[in-house]
Amino acid sequence: MSGSHLGMPAFPRAAAVSTRDSLLRANLAHATHTIRDKRARAVAELDDWAQLRAAGAAVKDRTLRHLDSYLEQLEESVIAAGGRVHWAADAEEANRIVTRLVRETGEREVVKVKSMATQEIGLNEALAEAGIRAYETDLAELIVQLGDDLPSHILVPAIHRNRSEIRDIFRREMGSWGRPAPDGLSDSPAELAEAARLHLREKFLTAKVGISGANFMVAESGTLVVVESEGNGRMCLTLPETLISVVGIEKTVPTWQDLEIFLQLLPRSSTAERMNPYTTTWTGTTDGDGPRTFHLVLLDNGRTDTLADTVGRQALRCIRCSACLNVCPVYERAGGHAYGSPYPGPIGAILTPQLRGIEGSLEASLPYASSLCGACYEVCPVAIDIPEVLVHLRERVVEGGPVTRRGTRTVLKPAKGHAAERAAMRAATWAFDHPGALRGGMRLASRTRRLHPRRLPGPGRAWSDSRELPAVPAESFRDWWRRTRGEQRPDGSSTEQRGGVK
Amino acid sequence: MSGRDVVLARIRRALADVPRGEGPSDPPVPRDYLRVHGSRTAGQNVDLLAENLAEYRAIVHRCGPGGLPVLIARLLAERGARSVVVPAGLEPGWLAGAEVTRVPDVPSATARELDAVDSVVTGCALAIAETGTIVLDAGPDQGRRRITLVPDHHICVVRVPGQVVSSVPEALPRLSPDRPLTWISGPSATSDIELDRVEGVHGPRTLEVILLAAG
Amino acid sequence: MRVALFVTCINDTLYPRTGRAVVTLLERLGVEVDFPDAQSCCGQPQFNTGYRHATEPLVRRFDRAFRDHEYVVTPSGSCAAMVRDNYPRIAAKAAAEGRGRELTDAAARAVPKTYELTEFLVDVLKVTDVGAYYPHTVTYHPTCHGLRMLGLGDRPRRLLEHVRGLELRELPGAEECCGFGGTFAVKNPAVSAAMGADKVRAVAGTGASAVCTVDNSCLMHIGGTLARQGSTVRPVHIAEILAGTEEGAQGGAVSGTAAGAEGGPR
Repeated sequence: MSGSHLGMPAFPRAAAVSTRDSLLRANLAHATHTIRDKRARAVAELDDWAQLRAAGAAVKDRTLRHLDSYLEQLEESVIAAGGRVHWAADAEEANRIVTRLVRETGEREVVKVKSMATQEIGLNEALAEAGIRAYETDLAELIVQLGDDLPSHILVPAIHRNRSEIRDIFRREMGSWGRPAPDGLSDSPAELAEAARLHLREKFLTAKVGISGANFMVAESGTLVVVESEGNGRMCLTLPETLISVVGIEKTVPTWQDLEIFLQLLPRSSTAERMNPYTTTWTGTTDGDGPRTFHLVLLDNGRTDTLADTVGRQALRCIRCSACLNVCPVYERAGGHAYGSPYPGPIGAILTPQLRGIEGSLEASLPYASSLCGACYEVCPVAIDIPEVLVHLRERVVEGGPVTRRGTRTVLKPAKGHAAERAAMRAATWAFDHPGALRGGMRLASRTRRLHPRRLPGPGRAWSDSRELPAVPAESFRDWWRRTRGEQRPDGSSTEQRGGVK
Repeated sequence: MSGRDVVLARIRRALADVPRGEGPSDPPVPRDYLRVHGSRTAGQNVDLLAENLAEYRAIVHRCGPGGLPVLIARLLAERGARSVVVPAGLEPGWLAGAEVTRVPDVPSATARELDAVDSVVTGCALAIAETGTIVLDAGPDQGRRRITLVPDHHICVVRVPGQVVSSVPEALPRLSPDRPLTWISGPSATSDIELDRVEGVHGPRTLEVILLAAG
Repeated sequence: MRVALFVTCINDTLYPRTGRAVVTLLERLGVEVDFPDAQSCCGQPQFNTGYRHATEPLVRRFDRAFRDHEYVVTPSGSCAAMVRDNYPRIAAKAAAEGRGRELTDAAARAVPKTYELTEFLVDVLKVTDVGAYYPHTVTYHPTCHGLRMLGLGDRPRRLLEHVRGLELRELPGAEECCGFGGTFAVKNPAVSAAMGADKVRAVAGTGASAVCTVDNSCLMHIGGTLARQGSTVRPVHIAEILAGTEEGAQGGAVSGTAAGAEGGPR
């Protein structure tokens, strides 16, 4: 895939374009509404959902609070089981490690299980530069790769494509990557899945190197877990001779028993199933079964910086289920590409600015890509209070404050470009803290109300382009109260108090 | 500094707010979620397993020990299977009625060779009623992971009610993390086209589960 | 019983009729209403845009204004949620920044006494039939902060179901945000307008003559979108429905706040 999320415009600009794309809007509305109702039913089946959710959040929090100990334990367990462990502080280091490991096998091709972490670090591009071709094997990732497109959803990266678009991509592109699409391929999902099966089978049967991520890593046993549906994961995890798994450090859970929580939370939140079709767990290597060599690459790439923020840290609980995307009214209309990162939707709006830093214009716009409606928090299986973190990050944008960048604590200055807003907010606070002055302004507004325009110029157009302005009433509530009730309260509770114009 | 040292040092700095005395097993995790959802007899558990497997398009059969060889032979014949991969520890009697070429599960078999085999017959480690899941742990009657992956037709025998647990929390303590596990809930599927589920992608497109009652 | 009305800045300046309706309603139910003049804005626009420090004076002001009252009642789900959810957060951050317990104490006093209007009616006064009359078809949009932060649940519906003459029409996709979101409406106008358009389409589809919420801020957006599209559906705050009586209705048509507050859009 040649596409990259880097250098994308700020969210409002990208979203202004995508909201006008009626095909995209229809595709997203159809897909998200389909899964929304199903998720609600799958969750409602479990009477103890609230307890599972609390336990999931608690396990993740506990792990994060002692991440150093758990990672050391994990490393020891993986090595004891025959695996090798590598540590990557950033994307570049991770790509360098994986490229070297593939080169050491002498292979020029790898098969990949869908992995957010390798998307995040741009592994495919790094491998391509080294002359190594990476084949995505998840159906949606295949659609994205063949279409030279960018993923727009965590679970279903090609959610922005409908069935007939997918058929067209398969017909056009499969031939140049391997086995071409069958003649007369229709847009029935079953036929499209069959075409993917035939196309990829060749790759699976010959692949010597597999690359994956993982949903969970169990510290006490060194076990990795991949949760999937199609079987492409099983293919990549068991048929190649060498397996390289690139996993974010926050995917650690302490114990085998902890999986009993997450294997209930994840499938129901994600694909709205009681259980996903396939889950593979492996611990190091097994003689005669599966890869002979197993490498685990532990990835930081901004996670420790996120960990350093005591409010923002909860974003690291995320198990990448995508329930928050599917319920988000902003995601549904703006689409995933507007978020400028492999992590779109509400979780992306809090994860991307923390992983990359909030200084860029796209990153600074993401915390504002939400109406704070709270639907994301409600469905999150690990109770990430996304609105709380959004507001916290907004504060970092406009007020600045302490942040950690590549392990170093620093104090961020307020972002440029908010000067007028900052002045307006300060003025508003001053006025609201000086009711006498506020009253004067309100009376002036009332007296001039016949002169107020219906549509505003400049930044005010953002409101009045699509909505009427409210008219200013002849009399504020305050004045009405004073006029009609003011004299009835000798205790002074309704007479003007301190804080008038000084 | 190595990547390892860098990452661990960053983590320790990031966690400056965690009190010194707090150990890795603190704070405690509330585990007041249910071990089992609802209360069922062993027989009801088997029924629920069958129901959930069928909902995700596995084909479910039931039989007693006497009927098993005949049933397996019939399923293979109906499928038109001419070759079957056989795990080393599969009960020899199970395939006694089948007129098929038996392909042993050996380390030297390549994926391409397996791709030419029609079916596979295995046992399982256990099955989970609430989720309609069968779990394979590469035991002697299940074989290497790839033999249940590459052939397009998988017949899995579950001994009921002995191998059936109610729930995910009941399953994990009975499984060893040291063994490679494959949890299977219906045939392979995808939700990647318009978030709607379609069965049959890379794994076996036909999954037949035989619930074998004790004699 | 005596309560303080926290009218909120938006109702004070743009929707005074909602404030007057709360007074009418509570007094009809035998509650004595005070309006502490020192009150102003809860600080939500500042806080939710990221200006936490600029919010702090307003937390102090809220505490001062309502210090002598046992109950503070407000006709706004989002302003009530601001006090209850965010004042403690603001206080905790101030304390963490080494600026003492002043805000912590202020938040601790403010949180337990602040009630959104329908909560106060159902939970404290324990009434669901407030003796109201409103002979119109109405659809109810549960606003996000009322629904998810306060957990108002079916309280507003139960109150509306007891209003004589009122026919409640189910709003499809009711729990989906209308797209207002405070400064979101101007920072992301395209998405906000798209959400508003979908909400308004659902509202119009019910055939109701009025759309009702517990928040005039969301209603300003919904009503403004309705008005721009030339719709005849009136936006109306729940307080104005609950304040309505048969005697009052005889004086003239039952009005709504509309996009243009008093008097409707010009």
